[in-house]
Amino acid sequence: MLTLSINGTSHQLDVPDDMPLLWVLRDVIGLTGTKFGCGIAQCGACTVHLDGQAVRSCVLPAALAQGREVKTIEAMAQDPVGRKVQRAWLDVEVVQCGYCQSGQIMSATALLTATPKPSDDDIDAAMAGNICRCGTYVRIRDAIKRAGEA
Amino acid sequence: MPVSLSRRGLLGVGLLGGALLVGVRLPLRPARAAAAGPFTPNAFIRIDPQGAITFIMPDTEFGQGIYTSAGMLIAEELEVGLDQVAFEAAPPDTGQYHTALKAYVSPLLGEQATGGSTSIRGDWQRLRQAGAQVRTMLVAAAAQQWGVDPAACRAERAVVIGPDDKRAPYGTFAAAAAAQPVPDKLPLKPSSAFKLIGHSQPRVDTPAKVDGSLVFGIDVRVPGMKVGTVLACPVIGGRLRSVDEAAAKRVPGVRDVVRLDDAVAVIGDHFWAAKQGLAALDPQWDEGKHARLQTADIIGAQEKASQRDPEVIAKDEGDAPAAIKAAAKTVSAAYQLPFLSHAPMEPVNATLHVRPDGADLWVGTQVPARARDTVAKVTGLRPETVQVHNHLMGGAFGRRLDVDFITQAAAIAKQVPYPVKIVWTREEDIQHDLLRPYYYDRLSAGLDAQGRITGWTHHGTGASVMARWQPKGMQKDGKLDPDTIEGATETPYAIPAMRVGFTRVEPPGITTAWWRGVGATHNVFMVESFMDELAFAAGKDPIAFRRDMIGDNARARAVLDLVAEKSGWGRKLPKGVGQGVSLQLSFGSFLAHVLEVEVTPRGEVRLRRAVVAVDCGTVVQPDGVVAQIEGGLIFGLSAALYNEITVQDGRVQQSNFNNYRVLRIDEAPRIEVHMIRNDEGPGGIGETGTVAAAPALVNAIHAATGKRLRRLPIGTQLVGA
Amino acid sequence: MRRLRPVLLGALCALVGIAFADTGRAQSPTGAPGQTVVQRGEYLARAADCAACHTPPNGQEFTGGYKFSLPFGTIYGPNITPDKATGIGDYTDDEFVSALQRGVGRGGKHLYPAMPYTNYTLMSREDVLAIKAYLFSLTPVHAESPPNDLSFPYNQRWGMVFWNLLNNPDHRFRPDTAKSPAWNRGAYLAEALGHCQACHTPRNFLYGLESGRAYGGAVVQDWLAYNITSDKESGVGAWSDDDLAAYLSTGHAPNHGPASGPMAEAVDHSLRHLAQSDIRALVTYLRDVKPVRTETPPPRPVRADALGERVFREACVSCHLLDGGGRQTPYAALQGAHSVRDPNGTNLLQILVRGGAIATGGPTAFMPAFGGAYGSEELAAVANWTIGHFGQRGGAVTRKDVEAVPPPGPASAARATPGG
Repeated sequence: MLTLSINGTSHQLDVPDDMPLLWVLRDVIGLTGTKFGCGIAQCGACTVHLDGQAVRSCVLPAALAQGREVKTIEAMAQDPVGRKVQRAWLDVEVVQCGYCQSGQIMSATALLTATPKPSDDDIDAAMAGNICRCGTYVRIRDAIKRAGEA
Repeated sequence: MPVSLSRRGLLGVGLLGGALLVGVRLPLRPARAAAAGPFTPNAFIRIDPQGAITFIMPDTEFGQGIYTSAGMLIAEELEVGLDQVAFEAAPPDTGQYHTALKAYVSPLLGEQATGGSTSIRGDWQRLRQAGAQVRTMLVAAAAQQWGVDPAACRAERAVVIGPDDKRAPYGTFAAAAAAQPVPDKLPLKPSSAFKLIGHSQPRVDTPAKVDGSLVFGIDVRVPGMKVGTVLACPVIGGRLRSVDEAAAKRVPGVRDVVRLDDAVAVIGDHFWAAKQGLAALDPQWDEGKHARLQTADIIGAQEKASQRDPEVIAKDEGDAPAAIKAAAKTVSAAYQLPFLSHAPMEPVNATLHVRPDGADLWVGTQVPARARDTVAKVTGLRPETVQVHNHLMGGAFGRRLDVDFITQAAAIAKQVPYPVKIVWTREEDIQHDLLRPYYYDRLSAGLDAQGRITGWTHHGTGASVMARWQPKGMQKDGKLDPDTIEGATETPYAIPAMRVGFTRVEPPGITTAWWRGVGATHNVFMVESFMDELAFAAGKDPIAFRRDMIGDNARARAVLDLVAEKSGWGRKLPKGVGQGVSLQLSFGSFLAHVLEVEVTPRGEVRLRRAVVAVDCGTVVQPDGVVAQIEGGLIFGLSAALYNEITVQDGRVQQSNFNNYRVLRIDEAPRIEVHMIRNDEGPGGIGETGTVAAAPALVNAIHAATGKRLRRLPIGTQLVGA
Repeated sequence: MRRLRPVLLGALCALVGIAFADTGRAQSPTGAPGQTVVQRGEYLARAADCAACHTPPNGQEFTGGYKFSLPFGTIYGPNITPDKATGIGDYTDDEFVSALQRGVGRGGKHLYPAMPYTNYTLMSREDVLAIKAYLFSLTPVHAESPPNDLSFPYNQRWGMVFWNLLNNPDHRFRPDTAKSPAWNRGAYLAEALGHCQACHTPRNFLYGLESGRAYGGAVVQDWLAYNITSDKESGVGAWSDDDLAAYLSTGHAPNHGPASGPMAEAVDHSLRHLAQSDIRALVTYLRDVKPVRTETPPPRPVRADALGERVFREACVSCHLLDGGGRQTPYAALQGAHSVRDPNGTNLLQILVRGGAIATGGPTAFMPAFGGAYGSEELAAVANWTIGHFGQRGGAVTRKDVEAVPPPGPASAARATPGG
């Protein structure tokens, strides 16, 4: 039995220790905003925050999230930086299919929380792990800068 | 959710629970395939008495923003704001069963499908008519109720406004409007009166995509649902022999192991259990007749075919071979494009509940009617008992024009009593994708003493997607797939003698499929690569050479001139940096692209800046045009730089983003899109950027290095060169 | 330990792995009260890592068919289930003891020294027969191994007679009464069962061990088995006891990176199943191994490499983080890892190109293969950047080095990606 704190709520979960957090979120708790894209930490669609740090939940064993605060896209509207990022994403019209954008927003929020005014290089370093097949990169960069100025 | 249309005569107007459902009668243009039906009404708008307005979207949304731009067409004439409207996916429609109206059939594709950048072109008239008719009926109903002349009334933001500023919202008249006669062929607004069309609107689907609330197909959760994942024989065409079912069932959370002829699925309480179960199965396969299949053999067969005469001639104007023979200079080249996977971010998936009396399918599909029909066929259920809940898609790029994964999911779901969501792993998604065909094309041309093209031959080889997907779409007695010569026969250039042919070479075992940009991605690469080679052979600047060959095609000339100006074409560039150009007429839109790249001494290609000039006629959603070109370019550049699917011993060698590499943010170029606005009919735009990517890239690499790459992907071809 | 296993696996970029304190299936050391001979044999078989070489890739344990690519040809680990036709079902006790202690199999057939009988020879007859009892308790499986394919003269088994004269002492382990019981237990585990030297000691041209440089490190089958002598610079002399114990039993220790390649397999098949008392005994013994200094280039300042850093940001940061701290799991930490302190990147390249995994008893830690999609120039650059950045060494990896590593086979939904 694992106890996980997710978006401020404590969950008692009867899942295997090695089950990736992604599937606990999606298939057990029902928080489907966090996406499955590759399962090998190559695409970033599953990015969540673990104590504020962006992690790939598809390869994070749920047991390792115990005692730490998990935040998902569903909680970003309550996060002061997350809210700014979501706003900027809409203002710049970043989104196309939208499937990767939960992960993009989680990575961008972690970046902006640590580095409020990121340079292009900071953005590359923080966002290169998040793939977008629709090719919204140009606008992601703009939106991060805009959120940094907001 | 499925919209049942009442058939009162053929008027297509009905009251359903007090809601006004209006079908409009529109002549359908003859479809490309011979599938054109009779004149039939259709239905796109629902207004309930409480005033809720719903648009029923004939096109499916997978990121291209069609809900917004098609919605704008209706809203423009209906006089509502997009913020006042809810959107709903159209139900399956083949002109049978509960939607007996063929309302949602694409006028250009001849069936219910979203693809080929046809949506706006197909919707341009019919959706504006739909909006105008409903507005007219609402206004008429209001005028009647108020006892005033309809001409004295107008509408604005879902409110009818009468004389003396009398106002009432649309819902008030929903019931009365249903009794109004359906007006036909209403005059539509001139472009000068557009309030929405031509003015960027906030996308309607994106707020739910930034807070995680949008439910993609893969996010569906149905009471009692289990989750399964599947493994098909790693060798194309192989069969399942045996599995260690007991080992899988020992995995906690595993419920069932379901065998198919060529695959096995494990179903569990959650995806993780299913995946762990799959790993324990130790499946044994009969590898079948493709166990020795190699990509090299497929290429070899096409290479050979390309040297013979084309199987079918698609265009033969003037005497091209003679013109080439008589030319001052002759240039020939062969080009190759690889097999490609789609790899949309959302791996393919389908959720099904199959019951004795019917089934529900939750899925993201570009072809809802095909989805319904395959479930019916596999389960033996009558199609009208299969409910399709179509979801917005996490990318499609053509992948979801096929229903193989739905067919498979149905074959699994019919063996279990509960609803089951089948999710493919990324490995399965790539290794069992249906592939963009391999192309091996040969082009020859003659140049006269002034360096102008006198004759041109183009012989393409590869598989036909149309022959499998829509055999009715084949031309010339079933011999010519028009997609295979798209962009080869109709170019922006005036070439005096032209002969274009194609030889169909079907790779054994491999199923080929539509891929973003379809035929144009194939042939524009060939034509524009070759145009560049000819320019150099003629000793001319690539843009000047193209301009000389454009003839009187003013729209093509305008985009080419604009891109030259905006890109600073011809300015001095640092060593290792080059600009490449491409020009295209694709999907009814003219587009010119200049890409600037740097090739490092280690053979690494860095994309610096992309400049696009586009004339897609009337622009509906300007920011959507820009976004599609940006994204389409990056999609195409990603493939051109890195992607190919290879087969060794019948097995696809790529499996995930570690070896099917995707362009990342730090590699993306700056992109500028410049639009030429006019009142021409709207052209397609969703695939144009992808078409423009590869040719400008290889041309830019040539400008930077002097090295002409005739085969994609670029990969490591420049390393050590 | 499977010393000759061709390149496979390794968890440099280990993702999922976490060290759960209790792993293994057979935790009791030999001689525990109430233990049957079969149970004791199972434990010893784990300690001797029989499974590593007698199990086919992704196949059933002990059924043979595992391929050894040697400089002079290919041989296959045979089926050692008690199947009479294809396994060892007809072996008598004496024949089994002869095979393990003298390298002479049933019918006088000489074994090749891929079978570490020069180590097993130190085992007591009692322990050898316990292993036999365990193997004979398994279900017989009919599984024919492919024929060996060795070039002349190596295909002449009789030649082993002379080799054995030189290289096989054929004597049992003799405790050193001057040392502690723990030391002696560790020595028995390392020398007789675990055959650590088989990988970690360099070999002479006759494939015999260079006893003067015992545990001094060697390249085996493209992987570098590190110097594990007590030398503080070249070996593990500077490691704490706890770190060594953690590394042996979980394949990972803080600031030392994860085990990879054949060592990851040794942990998986063998070491993680050992009782902590035995792990501590191994540590005691290794502490006392004569230090051997290996020539290592001095640390060099980090060389800026834009390409290497770019590839690292794109493909690696999601698990390793830009500071090498490891994102999802400590197994992904690069700081201090042996693999990034080797300027030639021997093991680093194996795992970069071919990927790898380490089963820890808890979640499997793995790294995807990047060979093929990433060019050799890029992989060489990222290897050198990694070595420079995290190993503070001047990486000397070239494109040719990358190209010398064979590309990986295809992954599939059922294998190779234990994650998500």
